Amino acid sequence: MPIAFSQGFSPHPKISYASAAPTGVGSEAEYLEIGLQREVDPAELKVALDAALSPGLDVLEAVLAEPGGGSLADRIDASHWRLELPGVEPAVAAEAVAAFLAAPEVLVERMTKQGRRSFDARAAVFRCAMTDEPDLPSGAVAVPCAIIDLVVRQVIPAVRPDDVLSGLRVVAGLEPPVPPRVTRLAQGTLTAQGEIVDPLDADHVGASASESASR
Amino acid sequence: MSVSSVFPQLEQLLPRVSKPIQYVGGELGAVVKDWDDTTVRWALMYPDAYEVGLPNQGVQILYEVLNEQEDVLAERTYSVWPDLEALMKENGVPQFTVDAHRPVKAFDVFGLSFATELGYTNMLSALDLAGIPMESADRDVTHPIVLAGGHASFNPEPIADFIDAAVLGDGEEAVLEITGIIRDWKAEGCPGGRDEILLRLARTESIYVPRFYDVDYLPDGRIQRVVPNRPDVPFRVAKRTTMDLDAWPYPKKPLVPLAETVHERYAVEIFRGCTRGCRFCQAGMITRPVRERSITTVGQMVKEGLEFSGYSEVGLLSLSSADHSEIGDMCSGLAEQYADTNVSLSLPSTRVDAFNIDLAQELSRNGRRTGLTFAPEGGSERIRKVINKMVTKEDLIRTVVTAYTNGWRQVKLYFMCGLPSETDEDVLEIAEMAHEVIRAGRAAAGTKDIRCTVSIGGFVPKPHTPFQWAPMERPEVIDARLKMLKNAINSDRSLGRAIGYRYHDGEPSLIEGLLSRGDRRVGKVIRRVWEKGGRFDGWSEHFSYSRWVEASTEVLPEFGVDLDWFTTREREELEVLPWDHLDSGLDKDWLWQDWQDSMSEYEQDDCRWTPCFDCGVCPSMDTEIQIGPTGKKLLPLTPVTNLRVPA
Ligand code: B12
Ligand code: SF4
Repeated sequence: MPIAFSQGFSPHPKISYASAAPTGVGSEAEYLEIGLQREVDPAELKVALDAALSPGLDVLEAVLAEPGGGSLADRIDASHWRLELPGVEPAVAAEAVAAFLAAPEVLVERMTKQGRRSFDARAAVFRCAMTDEPDLPSGAVAVPCAIIDLVVRQVIPAVRPDDVLSGLRVVAGLEPPVPPRVTRLAQGTLTAQGEIVDPLDADHVGASASESASR
Repeated sequence: MSVSSVFPQLEQLLPRVSKPIQYVGGELGAVVKDWDDTTVRWALMYPDAYEVGLPNQGVQILYEVLNEQEDVLAERTYSVWPDLEALMKENGVPQFTVDAHRPVKAFDVFGLSFATELGYTNMLSALDLAGIPMESADRDVTHPIVLAGGHASFNPEPIADFIDAAVLGDGEEAVLEITGIIRDWKAEGCPGGRDEILLRLARTESIYVPRFYDVDYLPDGRIQRVVPNRPDVPFRVAKRTTMDLDAWPYPKKPLVPLAETVHERYAVEIFRGCTRGCRFCQAGMITRPVRERSITTVGQMVKEGLEFSGYSEVGLLSLSSADHSEIGDMCSGLAEQYADTNVSLSLPSTRVDAFNIDLAQELSRNGRRTGLTFAPEGGSERIRKVINKMVTKEDLIRTVVTAYTNGWRQVKLYFMCGLPSETDEDVLEIAEMAHEVIRAGRAAAGTKDIRCTVSIGGFVPKPHTPFQWAPMERPEVIDARLKMLKNAINSDRSLGRAIGYRYHDGEPSLIEGLLSRGDRRVGKVIRRVWEKGGRFDGWSEHFSYSRWVEASTEVLPEFGVDLDWFTTREREELEVLPWDHLDSGLDKDWLWQDWQDSMSEYEQDDCRWTPCFDCGVCPSMDTEIQIGPTGKKLLPLTPVTNLRVPA
């Protein structure tokens, strides 16, 4: 694929990731922008990238960015997560979640590039609820296993699922016996109704138009 | 019986360790096959961290050669860092392959590639984690055959207790032959158990099975003899040589890692072997004769390797790349083909002459100028005669100055310290040379803005070289000389400022010396060091000199020898060396003569350009020099537009 490169002594491919998931969590919804030297059929790009990527890294869709549509980063302000807590009784987790939601502020700590920082993990949380959906995105089987559904707004500093888990520890002493398994289910623009709009939606109309034009 | 992945258990541990991505596999080029569809299964290990091990050519080649066989499965495994090691032990997760995360213990062969002896303790960690008994004698028919390869296996005696077998030399054909032997034995229902399969391997006369050889010692600690303990194995085991490299154009599908590694490039060996005859260089001695890959095969490999991998860097590897008979056309041809792309080409070369600069000039056509490195290795002309690195001081300075006048602003110079017969003066001459290089360089380039870096490491005498008899210098002496050199470089402040200085301490070299010329008794030291926590000995932050000294002091006196005995002691002509029964093709009398010549500062020419000087390799291994030129040129490719950088 004719990837564009930055200028300079050691050119880098022009790729930018919008709010990439942290190390150690799964994701069904990562978005990135790729600069190309010339227009290519997005369907072709999708197939070519998918072939080169590792098993488990699947390219689901590619669209042409519409001029003036704004960058991906502008279209993402919230993320939907699924948190599986193997070895934790759902009732115990539910209590912790209730305590978390009841608190006006939950201070947690994390190491950042600037050193150890303390910040509020509560305000950014739009939704945090127990779910009994049987489909575990990670495919893990463990009994018991509490499952939390979480929607977090994008703020600075970012509040990540592990910060919310730290929050559950802070407010209710919740200590999962094994590392929880976290999966991002979606990200995009959060509507007033609490739905997340796919950031590629804005390009969909134009994309199909340009696709047929190139054929 | 199928073997399941340990990934579910491993995954639980990954959030708790550093750089977890190195353990997940999934690289471009990786192969995962169904366990049950295959009959012979190899786990290949580079016993160092993933970031060092993944780019290793040897493992990549064997991985591909093996996986091309339909009924063979080959997977890779690397050393896990101590943080994961501790968690794996605590949670009962075994040493695993990164491809399909299968336990190493389930494979038929566990093949380790030893480019350096410093990986020995890591082998013990891997065996321990894998649940494979540490010593060969304790294994049964259910355990993999632990097989060592790579340069260090030319003296595997220090690890003789831990391995079942070793292959000396090139691996491409060896792994296929071993596969065939195991395939037949398994098809017959594994008759005779472990002893029988090892015997079948030993009977090839080119696979060394230590358990079939006994070592007797003299009262003074020297070896009396090494002899087979059964009638049906050979007295000496010969090395392998892959001839006609054009027939083995590997790797074709270079691995592209997800994690960061030390080299992210497509490396093509443009030839194997080297007959320049540097007396310290084990690689040059044990890989004879020179076998070139032709310009057209190299061109084809580069094209296909880049298309497959998307790498933007190509390394043209060999022991002395500028010596390829078609190197000029190769460099200009490749530079031409990739001129408008973001592909950069590099040529590691140790030659100290203007030709080297011409080639570098050619390769930097598209504006990317990599550093220039010269390796005079010895500081004085006298010591360069001792090591057979033929270059005069004048030539050296002229060459470096030419580099500056051609626009290079930075050159690196490589040296060794502790060479046989070396004195303080030999080392101090490095400072003089560096001063002269800067002085002449400033004058010629008309600018003060030039630099050179002096890198210096400790000399380690290696088996199968003319210096195999040489005494090592004591670490204190090395360190004192290194300090003296530093002061001498800085004695002139203006010149000293333009000279960078990098050095390796003497202590790690001494231990490398113990491991490279050690015998079976040294195995006990390795085990002791490992028990005391020794791991990753090639990493200065993990290496502990005192641990090695303590272990040697605990273990060796029982045998009437000590650390000095193995390292700083000069050997005599008739002493039986631990590797005498392992045949690199080099005639021991020739090596001894070359050692004597070295001490009388007598130089030896290269048999590519002068008549054969009877080192012994070609007749005893039935090989011959294979060099060009083929007379062919690299044709312009259809432009490689995919990789073009916009103007
Ligand atoms: C690239 C390179 C590096 C890279 C390595 C990247 C990597 N992971 O491979 C870097 C820069 C990291 C490196 C570091 C070092 N290197 Co280095 N390196 C080389 C170089 C230039 C090429 C190696 C290569 O790819 N060869 C080609 C492959 C195909 O050959 P091969 O690995 O030997 O494999 C063949 C056989 O040995 C055999 N085989 C190998 N493994 C196995 C396993 C089994 C089971 C079997 C059956 C067969 C088998 O089959 C293969 C195919 O025929 C060589 C010089 C050279 N041109 O050989 C030096 C060289 C190998 N390095 C050397 C040294 C000393 C080192 C260091 C110890 C330096 C230091 N003091 O720090 C470190 C050690 C690093 C480590 N911890 O392992 C020396 C080895 C000395 C010796 N024994 O003769 C060499 C020969 C350079 C020299 N002339 O001194 N090195
Ligand atoms: S036997 Fe002769 S031709 Fe062959 S490598 Fe030795 S010196 Fe060179």
